[in-house]
Amino acid sequence: MTRIKTQYNRRSFIKVSAAAGGGMLIGFSWLNACKPNTPEPGAGVAVPKEWFEINGYIKIGDTGMVTIYSPNPEIGQNVRTSMPMIVAEELDVPWENVVVEQAPLNTGWYQNQFAGGSLSIRLSWNALRMAGATGKRMLMEAAAKEWGIPVSHLSASNGIIKENIGERTVGYGDMASKAVGIEVPKEVELKGVKDFKLIGSSIKNVDGKKIVTGKPLFGLDFHRDGMQLAMIQHPPAFGMTIKDFNEAEIKSMPGVKDAFIIDTSIEEPGGFDEKGFKQLIAIVGDSTWQLMQAKKALKANWETTGELESSDIHVKRLEKALATGEVQESRMDGNPEAAFKKAAKIVERTYSAPFIAHNTLEPMNFFANVTADSAELIGPTQTPEALEGSVAKLLKLPLENVTVNMTRIGGGFGRRLYVHFGVEAAAISKKIGGPVKLIYTREDDMTQGTYRPTYRSIYKAGLDENNNLIAFTVKGAGLPEGPVFPNRFPAGAVENYSAEKIKADTNVTTGAWRAPRSNFTAGAEQAFLDEVAEAAGKDPIDFRLELFDRAIKDPVGEKHEYEAERYAGVLKLVKEKANWGVAKPNVHRGVAAYFCHSTYVAEVFDLSIKNGKPIVEKVWCAVDCGIVVNRDAAKNMIEGGVIDGIGHAMYSQLTFDNGTTHQMNFDKYQLIRHSQAPKEIEVFFVENEIDPTGLGEPGLPPAIGALANALYKATGQRHYHQPFVTEKQLVG
Amino acid sequence: MFFNLFLIKKLLHPYYSSNNFVNSTLSLPYTKIMANFKLKINGKTQQIDVDPNTPMLWVLRDHLKLVGTKYGCGISQCGACTIHLGDNAVRSCQLPISAVGEQNITTIEGLSENGDHPVQKAWLEEDVYQCGYCQAGQIMNATAFLKKNPNPTDEEIEGAMNGNICRCGTYTRIKKAIKTAANSQIV
Ligand code: FES
Ligand code: FES
Repeated sequence: MTRIKTQYNRRSFIKVSAAAGGGMLIGFSWLNACKPNTPEPGAGVAVPKEWFEINGYIKIGDTGMVTIYSPNPEIGQNVRTSMPMIVAEELDVPWENVVVEQAPLNTGWYQNQFAGGSLSIRLSWNALRMAGATGKRMLMEAAAKEWGIPVSHLSASNGIIKENIGERTVGYGDMASKAVGIEVPKEVELKGVKDFKLIGSSIKNVDGKKIVTGKPLFGLDFHRDGMQLAMIQHPPAFGMTIKDFNEAEIKSMPGVKDAFIIDTSIEEPGGFDEKGFKQLIAIVGDSTWQLMQAKKALKANWETTGELESSDIHVKRLEKALATGEVQESRMDGNPEAAFKKAAKIVERTYSAPFIAHNTLEPMNFFANVTADSAELIGPTQTPEALEGSVAKLLKLPLENVTVNMTRIGGGFGRRLYVHFGVEAAAISKKIGGPVKLIYTREDDMTQGTYRPTYRSIYKAGLDENNNLIAFTVKGAGLPEGPVFPNRFPAGAVENYSAEKIKADTNVTTGAWRAPRSNFTAGAEQAFLDEVAEAAGKDPIDFRLELFDRAIKDPVGEKHEYEAERYAGVLKLVKEKANWGVAKPNVHRGVAAYFCHSTYVAEVFDLSIKNGKPIVEKVWCAVDCGIVVNRDAAKNMIEGGVIDGIGHAMYSQLTFDNGTTHQMNFDKYQLIRHSQAPKEIEVFFVENEIDPTGLGEPGLPPAIGALANALYKATGQRHYHQPFVTEKQLVG
Repeated sequence: MFFNLFLIKKLLHPYYSSNNFVNSTLSLPYTKIMANFKLKINGKTQQIDVDPNTPMLWVLRDHLKLVGTKYGCGISQCGACTIHLGDNAVRSCQLPISAVGEQNITTIEGLSENGDHPVQKAWLEEDVYQCGYCQAGQIMNATAFLKKNPNPTDEEIEGAMNGNICRCGTYTRIKKAIKTAANSQIV
């Protein structure tokens, strides 16, 4: 049984008041310390002040109905369902009595909201449990007072308080108004994991009905009377800026109200201010279609102010960086060079991956209403605080005069950590002096940057005459950031080890993309280990387990960013579930395991070849994400990660010529489609009592390695360079 | 049926009276052809004055505020904008209003009275969605498809749904939901 404090330095995390219309309102800090997963080092550290900010509410009505006001915007990770489940678990109410509501816009209740990617659940776990447990405790104390008996003589479950010895029972609803007068306990008891009823079950998405009936949920759907629409045009290439454009002609076009150039440069930009172009043409009007026509009629003069890069240049730069580049981070155990000299076999391979775009299906958009002394913003962002800050800087307004409200988000994958589209909307609104909704076309969205960097890594392994791995080195470069995690596996499992993370320059802007760096490194490393295992004549799972065994019993070096037991655990689970080692006719298998965002995932791919084309028949996933909160939704996230991993490894890329991407829309930029998805995905969880960890990212990285390894078994060809379809040797 | 109403409409337009756009060139008398259309959408007749080339996607979203139909690519590649024209699933980003004529249009908002079409129910049953943005288009495509092919094979489902991108990767659930709906035998 765990006890948890409801205060810190005598300041309470919880505020209780009477609810309008009867009952009890518990306010608490929903996401204390729950910051988005900051991709840039040094950006956004949790500030204790915010732990006390009330941004989540539980209303227990006189009828016993519980309304949980979730400040979370939904980005597709189902947090709007799973987080209230945690509150309801500790409060101990039946889910049928729970209603989840979004913060009503503009109430001032929700000044600070966060969509924290894979960190959401992990960081708010305790806050949510504490709030629920406090509510339960206060209701029980109210009942104890009413009946004149000690609270220890009571128990509460399923929204009902009852006497342990005796007949009396009372519903939460009857106690709700009375509990308002009870002092907030300084400490509350949390349930034991074994006693969970809701957590670990499968609860359907609370917004399902709205989604299937097409309700306006997304930023792009937001409308306010009197609002204008706006579109932007950015320079056609990285390395170019805008000089001027045919303003008079554009302004005279049907439906166009105004056209001008905006400058969104701000002083001291932060990590989330990353963007391709600061000066843009903005066109304002009343209908999207007319604005699209006006965009087509634009004749602009662009100025070349930087290098116009091509994919050839990018490859050369990465190769040069690997040879002589600046090392950002490194690790060295033992003496790999000497070990390679002694090795009986050496395997050395180079892997690469291109720039890719996030391509959230809902393009970037934002509503802004800027007046002389305030700015109101509404739209799909994961980082409202960063947006507030940037808008305040741009408009030279005090921070408290800028408010940001969030809508449902039509896909994130890291893209909506960056705030430029909100800032642009604010700049346009200021210029026209009225409310406006900025809409990106798909082309604007795909060509303006914040891409996943392009990467290139060289892996080298040495085996001794007994086929033991005695040396392992990795050197990885990226434009601009290298993909290597020096302290992750196999660090700790190999006597002689080195890892170097190398950076190189580009003027193409990049950002965090689902499972940053892991999205490349997992595929490269896991495909490489498959080759090394083969060279050693060992089964790929046994080979990895041997390494984990070493890391468990006698770890090499100091720091290891993984727990070898849990890593081995998911491999063992997937091995058992997939019946690994039992051959099936016309089924070719590959395996991979990876750890990121505090979660361990191992995957086995079953592949067949039909009409010369590889078909992923089945994917088996074993996941250790600690306690599983919402089981089926958790499976959905892993399935999505697997499909996303296959899609990007197989098909997706951005290639450059003269600073411009060849791909501008889904005709040339290939995303995975129905027929290319696995026929079946089965997800298994390791059952334990560890606090829950991320699910949004970790399913993706191992899929790339397992796919590459299964393809090898099916075709005899190894795949080193993403996207795999462009590699000639691929069948079909 | 073509009227030169644009200027008059402009002058009556609420935004016009505001002084938000003093520097703009709104008073220029351009003569873009507008036309008046009478459409049957979700069982209701709607009158719209608009450039005849305007795709139905934007007629629905901007003019009628039916925003369940989504914009994803604008070039017929993603399926987010799928609606029914008569019994056929079409990409509304490629369908000019002038091509609609007498045919009934159904959007996600009009697929059923209470969100209880068997396909919608199957989607709820399988808890398909992640971000949810693609799902209106997926559902509209799936309903039109199942009407023509009530007992599809897996390959037929994949073939019919291949034009609908789900960036979140819910494909396996979509397929399952389509099979669930097909098995409910009341599509
Ligand atoms: S928006 Fe019509 S198919 Fe993509
Ligand atoms: S659910 Fe997000 S695009 Fe399909």
